[in-house]
Amino acid sequence: MSATANKPSNSPEQLSGDQLSGERLVELYRTMVLSRYLDERVWLLNRQGKAAIAASAQGHEAAQVACIEATDPTKDHYLIYYRQFTAMLALGTEPEEMLRGFLAKEGDPMSAARQFPLHGAHPRVDLFNFSNVIATQLPQAAGVALADKLSGSDAVTIVYFGDGASSQGDTHEAMNFVGVQKLPVIFFCENNRFAISVPIEKQMGIDSLASRAAGYGFPGVQVDGTEVVAVNEAAKAAVARARAGEGPTLIEASVERLLPHTTDDDHTRYRTAEDIEQMSKRDPIRIQSELLIRRGLITEAEDEKIHADAKRRVNVATDTVDAESYPGVETMFDHLNVEYREEHEVSGGDA
Amino acid sequence: MPEKTVIEAVREAMQIEMRRDDTMIILGEDVGSRGGVFLATDGLIDEFGENRVIDTPLAESLICGVALGAAVNGLRPLAEIQFADFVWPAINQIVGEASKVRYGTNGVKTAPMTIRVPYGGGVRGGLYHSQSIEVLFAHTPGLSVVAPATPYDAKGLLATAIRTDDPVIVLEHKRTYRLVKGEVPDESYTIPIGKAEIKRPGTDMTIITYGLMLHYSLQAAEMAAANGIDVEVLDLRTLRPLDSGAIAESASRTGKALIVQEDTPAVSIGSEVSAIIGERCFFDLDGPILRVGPPELPPMPFSPIQEAAFMPSPEKILTAITKLAEI
Amino acid sequence: MVFNIELPHVGESVTEAVIGKWLKAPGDQIEKYDPLVEVVTDKVNMDVPSPASGTLTKIIAIEGETVAMGAVIAEMETVDGEVSVTSDSPAASEPAQVSESSLASRIGTLVQGANVGPTGGEFVDTSLTAAKPADSAAQNTSAQPATSGSRQKGFSPVVTRLAAQHGIDLYSLVGTGLGGRVTKKDVLTAVENGGTGSTSSPQTTQVALDEDQVIEPSPIRKMIANHMVKSMTEIPHAWSAIEVDVTGMVEWRTANKDNFEREHGTRLTYLPITLSVVAHALRANPRLNSSWSDGNIILKSAINVGVAVAADGGLVVPVVHSAADSSLVDLAGKLGGVVERARSGSMTLDDVQGGTFTLNNTGALGSVWGGAIINHPQAAILTTEAIVKRPVVISASGVDSIAIRSMMNICLSFDHRIVDGAEASAFLQSLKSGLEAITLTSDLK
Repeated sequence: MSATANKPSNSPEQLSGDQLSGERLVELYRTMVLSRYLDERVWLLNRQGKAAIAASAQGHEAAQVACIEATDPTKDHYLIYYRQFTAMLALGTEPEEMLRGFLAKEGDPMSAARQFPLHGAHPRVDLFNFSNVIATQLPQAAGVALADKLSGSDAVTIVYFGDGASSQGDTHEAMNFVGVQKLPVIFFCENNRFAISVPIEKQMGIDSLASRAAGYGFPGVQVDGTEVVAVNEAAKAAVARARAGEGPTLIEASVERLLPHTTDDDHTRYRTAEDIEQMSKRDPIRIQSELLIRRGLITEAEDEKIHADAKRRVNVATDTVDAESYPGVETMFDHLNVEYREEHEVSGGDA
Repeated sequence: MPEKTVIEAVREAMQIEMRRDDTMIILGEDVGSRGGVFLATDGLIDEFGENRVIDTPLAESLICGVALGAAVNGLRPLAEIQFADFVWPAINQIVGEASKVRYGTNGVKTAPMTIRVPYGGGVRGGLYHSQSIEVLFAHTPGLSVVAPATPYDAKGLLATAIRTDDPVIVLEHKRTYRLVKGEVPDESYTIPIGKAEIKRPGTDMTIITYGLMLHYSLQAAEMAAANGIDVEVLDLRTLRPLDSGAIAESASRTGKALIVQEDTPAVSIGSEVSAIIGERCFFDLDGPILRVGPPELPPMPFSPIQEAAFMPSPEKILTAITKLAEI
Repeated sequence: MVFNIELPHVGESVTEAVIGKWLKAPGDQIEKYDPLVEVVTDKVNMDVPSPASGTLTKIIAIEGETVAMGAVIAEMETVDGEVSVTSDSPAASEPAQVSESSLASRIGTLVQGANVGPTGGEFVDTSLTAAKPADSAAQNTSAQPATSGSRQKGFSPVVTRLAAQHGIDLYSLVGTGLGGRVTKKDVLTAVENGGTGSTSSPQTTQVALDEDQVIEPSPIRKMIANHMVKSMTEIPHAWSAIEVDVTGMVEWRTANKDNFEREHGTRLTYLPITLSVVAHALRANPRLNSSWSDGNIILKSAINVGVAVAADGGLVVPVVHSAADSSLVDLAGKLGGVVERARSGSMTLDDVQGGTFTLNNTGALGSVWGGAIINHPQAAILTTEAIVKRPVVISASGVDSIAIRSMMNICLSFDHRIVDGAEASAFLQSLKSGLEAITLTSDLK
């Protein structure tokens, strides 16, 4: 597989059966657009020196909303990684809450700004991301699902990761165990063909990550990650399998990483101008906009309104959070584990 | 009162807690039908079934990652790492992830998990079945680390570890598993984490130690008594958090401190204990703080004479006691 | 020779085994280590190896039989010198003492023969039984501390702290630690002994020859010794003396002593007279009635004069309190009483406490000059020497002549931190004036 833009095998154009309603499709699109503008705003805030670090989900929006749509946030578990910006919004996180994370302000719901943005645990849905050490969440997902299996719950655990993470030992160990125990896990890989600068052909010796699932005894599915319907179909099938106790599925969603790895990266150092130009055509916002208009689900004017609404929402959120304060120093000591003892403070002591 | 070995006490603690709390599971390599390579979990799969006593694939990072995931989703997992020497792949999940769950999620998620790890040498274990691993964990904010040396302490501390709602590492010196036998009540009891215990009161100096070295230190203390030196032996029992109060009280009272450990001395538990004493007991010390430990080389050679030369022994401890007493 | 093959111990919690299949039969030649029989325990199945080479002669434990560890299961004929009995347990440590207390039972004891192999099995490590002792070159103890080797001159933190708390002079202590180091114990002993330091013998040890007599000092003598050392070590002594013409005092006393004794029921010696003069002189010269303490000079308001008395055990110094406020009669009475109690060993605490100055009548024994040691922590000590009739030059109206006068030297040792020569002389002059003012017709009270 080469590192240039490609179009994977299955990309259905038709809506079928009891699939997503037009209304839901528009809603999902709305979330994608909001995500895009908020994402761009965070990038800008970084350039202004206010947001220290950000990993963009631009290019991943469709895959993320479509997957979430297939799940049940009242009971399912979401083990995300640092690029799941759109997924957070899709699960009901407010733009203000997102910005508090990026600007490290008081009131960040995930970690009270003790961690990077998108790290910590969500206050309202069972979504968490303990670290940005790559792939550690996969064995953890296996554990979460194990607990559900043992308790007889039909909740599903969706664990997200990128193509780079698929090389970690933890990924192999987790998939192996999940396959042995037939746990209700959905391995959702957003393959944007780059792990920072390392292209996919240096990351794996195979063309399709999804083919690895067979090695662990469960199905692997490859989908076009820019197509909401396709991703949603695959996710729904996997969720149904898992809830029925039939075991795990690996979904490989092919997407483009429209921006560099993070705000600290410069992808012109390792991607050609042509490649960057080519891949930007696989923009899910544009693709979905065109699809919705083509289907007659929205008009161009309505599309413009969706964009304008999103921009306005982002501005309000930015203004609000920009004026807010940072957490007090003393909150650094909040939520320490039971073992913490003040007497272990170095120097002074009460000798 | 019945007498039990350390391994029997460990097994009993697990059995009692498994009966007490049906959200508790045990997982690890060979913990199921084999009953664990040290027979720590012998019989437990028969009583609690394979859904609660789980044989995992051979993958330490997986074991601890799964334990963590299960812990944040309502279970109370106890993971067994078969040998301390194999814990390294799991450091990421333990030190990197589990220790910071509560703190990093602002209290939304907590990880009530326990990891039991047989460690230590003097068993002809060579370089890969003899290691002492406590330092890395004892250094990690967010972890508790206990190291019981007696059957009574092993049962009580393991019970507390299991009931603690944050990650606890339980280090069991494998040489003590069958070597040490003592009184252990049949009923359930707990010993608090973070409390050292004076195993032998004395007046001339304090030995501060843990693990197998507790027993060697007690033997050395008896030999020293015959020479008119009255040695107090303080068993740390918990390595994080260290019981600085007990350490300081004893060292101040006797005026001389000797730290005895099996782990190599550079940057070790002994280093930290020494710093605590130096900070808190300066005006009460009548001599330098000495340490007994092995030489600085990978623990430990397989060949018997080399292993014996590496390991501290009651005789070597007695030499140090005598030296410190004379100062 | 016939050799009994025993069922070996395999683990501390295993006490018996079931005999399985015999792998050798009577009459078979066996090599050392050949597996002889399979046995089954609840922990492990194992083959029992032959302990020697030779011939298996008799099977004693049969298949299916349950046998205790250590029981004989077979017999063999060994080739002489071939038998090696490998001990079941390697050179194991002595088990810890178990006392009655519950702590000891909770600590537990070490089980003999509790085997463990490298990866948890029942490996019985015999490699060390014939091995040499561990190389003592592997020191296993931290680097030589600074105190070893050379004489320890410094004081440890606890020693310094305790000394400051209890006012112990560390330099007066004898150190029993390495290299003569003053240890915590040494200081605590000094505190117990009332701050007088260790009672062990000083640095200089003399060799007692057979014909010499070694005397163990009494507690009082030890105390005196320590007190003297302390005084000489701490106080910079200086001395001054003056001659006093006590002819008048002698005449007065001779004339009045009988009446005095009759009237007041107590003997009249020179001592109450000199004591009275000394007490008044101290009032006029307060620096002689002081004490050096913690870098300060403390002028004592009370004038309590101690009088040296030779009691049975040694020198004691009973104190006459408020000597300057007492009449001669009072002083005579007090002195009489306190000296009596001193000599009979029945002094009270009050008798010995609170002294601010000391007077020693060394003249009673004929001394004409003395350099007494100050009674620490006072500022000075005075000796009154023997009264001797001497020819002296008297000047009257510009004319010198020789007269025979009763002369008495008085000698002052003083703390030169507090008192200089001039002050010492001034004090002595006061005494001289006071004493020389007494005449036959004085009305002393």
